[in-house]
Amino acid sequence: MDTSAAAVAPTAARRGISARRRRHILEGYLFLSPWLVGYFALTFGPAAASFIFSFTSYNVISPPTFIGLQNYVDAFTTDQQFWPSLMKTVYYAGVSVPLGVTGSLLVALLLNIKVRGTSVFRTLFFMPSLVPIVASTVLWVWMLQPDWGLVNPILWKLTGIQGPRWFQTPEWAIPALISLALWTSIGGTRMIIFLAGLQGVPDELYDAASIDGAGKWARFRHVTVPMITPTIFFNLVLGIIGALQVFTSAFVATGGGPAYATWFYALHIYKNAFQYFNMGYASALAWMFAALIIFLTWVQLRTSRMWVYYGGE
Amino acid sequence: MAATASAAPPVRTIRSEGRRTAVTALTCLMLAVLGVSFSFPFLWTLSSSLKTAQEVHVFPPLLLPEVPQWYNYVRVWTEQPIGRWLLNSATIIVFSLPGAVVTSTLVAFSFARFDYPGRDFFFMVLLSTMMIPFEVTLIPQYLLFQRLGWIDTFAPLIIPSYAGGGAFTIFLLRQFFLTIPRDFDDAALVDGANTFQILWQIIVPLSRPALTTVAILQFLGHWNDFLGPFIYLNKQQLFTMSVGLRFFQTMPESTGEPKEHLLMAATVIMSVPAIVLFFAAQRYFIRGIVMTGLKF
Repeated sequence: MDTSAAAVAPTAARRGISARRRRHILEGYLFLSPWLVGYFALTFGPAAASFIFSFTSYNVISPPTFIGLQNYVDAFTTDQQFWPSLMKTVYYAGVSVPLGVTGSLLVALLLNIKVRGTSVFRTLFFMPSLVPIVASTVLWVWMLQPDWGLVNPILWKLTGIQGPRWFQTPEWAIPALISLALWTSIGGTRMIIFLAGLQGVPDELYDAASIDGAGKWARFRHVTVPMITPTIFFNLVLGIIGALQVFTSAFVATGGGPAYATWFYALHIYKNAFQYFNMGYASALAWMFAALIIFLTWVQLRTSRMWVYYGGE
Repeated sequence: MAATASAAPPVRTIRSEGRRTAVTALTCLMLAVLGVSFSFPFLWTLSSSLKTAQEVHVFPPLLLPEVPQWYNYVRVWTEQPIGRWLLNSATIIVFSLPGAVVTSTLVAFSFARFDYPGRDFFFMVLLSTMMIPFEVTLIPQYLLFQRLGWIDTFAPLIIPSYAGGGAFTIFLLRQFFLTIPRDFDDAALVDGANTFQILWQIIVPLSRPALTTVAILQFLGHWNDFLGPFIYLNKQQLFTMSVGLRFFQTMPESTGEPKEHLLMAATVIMSVPAIVLFFAAQRYFIRGIVMTGLKF
């Protein structure tokens, strides 16, 4: 709109406004600059560089040599762990995200009922997410330790089921990591964000629904749920992005084993880059991963229009 | 007619009162059960850290040690350079946290209060960086920092914080700043305040909950971070607590003596600062998120 003002022959007053406006724009960029510089130096530049590396063979010691699409072809043809690692990552995210997001929402709903002592409970639920990930992983390995751990005896006492050897068996290592993720994430920031969403629902809506004869369930179904769909969406998108990048818990608990059982995609990239020093190949893996995540997020954004309700915004 | 109408409400009130008590009791019960099961793993770790090596390897497991072995903590502290590792983690946080808080405030202020060509585009770019997996930038960043001679220094873990502290941080602050009425800025402008004064004397004081939230998230992020320090720090005396704990975990049991109880003690030592910090600031932290109401 100010471009039109600039196009008109400037009178004294106009020049005054446009000088102020110019100053405003300049200040805006000035405040933006820390991020802008960081973006180009630490995100855009490196991302572009790894895109170029992805078409090369590069072992750090000798300069990269251009090999065209070979890295991408290798991923689909000769790399034995490409598909398995991707599938395991999808399995991990596919189970842990729905359970985790639902769990956080349920806990937030419980905490949103006004009873005495909610702040104590809130702290109890939040505590696992405060335990640093390396520490919580070490702790979880110890909890699930089949001989001296606590989980299997409790399982035996309560249900009579002989617990599996968790992290030591290929079938149970991923479920063990999922249970760790649920323990650390259900009561964490995600739950607080849900709590914020729930507290943001205006009381008038509940009152109006009650006057119209809506019961507890109807109010939940037709007021609470639609009003918090933006929060559900937010947590879902970030939850999926986070879960697909699972690395530290698997690295610390099992190092990718046993028998590649927890060799997630991020581990596959890490091993290729920093243990086998196939920087070019690892870059190709990373870019395919980025493409997958961007595609999944795009799909979610597109489908969100069908179920996310941004009231009046 | 009139009699039944006036008689009806009290009956209903009593019944719904009874129902409400039942709901409250049920809620309390569920909260209690969940609360105990959520905190149980950590409490058990605490208990394990106070056992003797023999007590750790008993079946069925003992809930509590016969005599709490506080000396385990002294042992792990003196046998492993835990003090050094904690100090390294703290050093990184002391130098990076102010940078992240200050620059994210500036950037969020730019997004929330300025109107310039490209602003909305840059904001979309900012949001989209949340989607980009760190693996994409990790390798070139590593090569860049290597070329700068930053390997085995804290620089790769500190300097990037001065670029706005990450997309989520900027996003959170921007959302919060948008909830502050612009009338406040305008009033200050009329009084002759400049942009910096508006930021410093109006936005920042009103944003204390959000800024505290950001500071806590940054602290936890650095305290938690494993891959960064693991890649950039190779010397044992430079390890952060995360890397050190993992190092201790993978270390072979040299004397043949089991070390689980000591490992658990180290785990507790690492967790306590984060938990204490949260307890101290939890009121602000929760309010910061609740008042922002995060959504895209």
